[in-house]
Amino acid sequence: MFIFAEGDTSYMIKLLYKLGYKLFGSDVYLTTTHVAMIITTVVLLGFFIAANIAIKRALKQDTVTKPGGFLNVVELIVEKLDGISSEGMGSHANKFRNYIGTLFIFILFNNICGIFGLRAPTADYGVTLCLGLITFFLIHYNGIKKNKAGHFTALFKPLPFLFPINVISEVATPLSLSLRLFGNVMSGTVMLGLWYGLMPVVFRFGIPAALHCYFDLFSGAIQAYVFCMLTMVYIEDKIAD
Amino acid sequence: MTGEDLILACSAIGAGLACIAGIGPGVGQGYAAGQAAAAVGRNPGAKGTITSTMLLGQAVAETTGLYGLAVAIILLFVKPLLW
Repeated sequence: MFIFAEGDTSYMIKLLYKLGYKLFGSDVYLTTTHVAMIITTVVLLGFFIAANIAIKRALKQDTVTKPGGFLNVVELIVEKLDGISSEGMGSHANKFRNYIGTLFIFILFNNICGIFGLRAPTADYGVTLCLGLITFFLIHYNGIKKNKAGHFTALFKPLPFLFPINVISEVATPLSLSLRLFGNVMSGTVMLGLWYGLMPVVFRFGIPAALHCYFDLFSGAIQAYVFCMLTMVYIEDKIAD
Repeated sequence: MTGEDLILACSAIGAGLACIAGIGPGVGQGYAAGQAAAAVGRNPGAKGTITSTMLLGQAVAETTGLYGLAVAIILLFVKPLLW
């Protein structure tokens, strides 16, 4: 009966190691999300340290020479990341350049984890909700800093009785941001898990490369870009003159 | 067939029905892509800006479909009706 069901489908978060304490009455585990995230963070840190050393060495030289291979790549990446933030925020870009660049590179590397056989950390709602909440606090911190009390009276703005609807739309911002990222990455993870789990062995070679290209690389890059873009749009909306 | 089985079967049907939510974003994204193609045809110089605007708009339009997907995943794996 189950001709196609050869392996078992594995796209859920695995509990790897039970830590010895309880939080809110439930056991705390080390999961695949933690492991994948630690790996991406270590890889990114290594890259950043290498880039920092290369830039410092180039700055120390007395004569101006043309940049070598690695430094060229670093300059290209920095230019592209700066381009994202200046495209989204215009004159306010300088203050948010560091955060947006870090956010983009972090989400991008977490999304494309699936290619290297890890379970993408952004397919865990706990991760994306945290990213959405960071955006939420940034929006309102900058709004209060810019408009002081006007930030709160803006909730009553068109008509006073629209206050509840305005509050709901503010609360929905981090939810929709995080659900968008989670849903996209999770759908790719489920799709590839089903393919690897349910297809006959013959189809597990070669064909998944195309699926990985679409779901991990294309979708992951687009979603990282969209997350950064929407973060900038929401912040820009509050601090616009 | 116990009551639990019935709930699981109905959850599966509900998850399938929730994925019908994908129709709306499909239509919306196709419309955005068509308009972007027309815009590029009219003004090929602005291709980069048009493409990034289109992708941003499509990603926002996709959200409602992803809500349907989230409902389906919750129905299938969290099984809230069995609690």
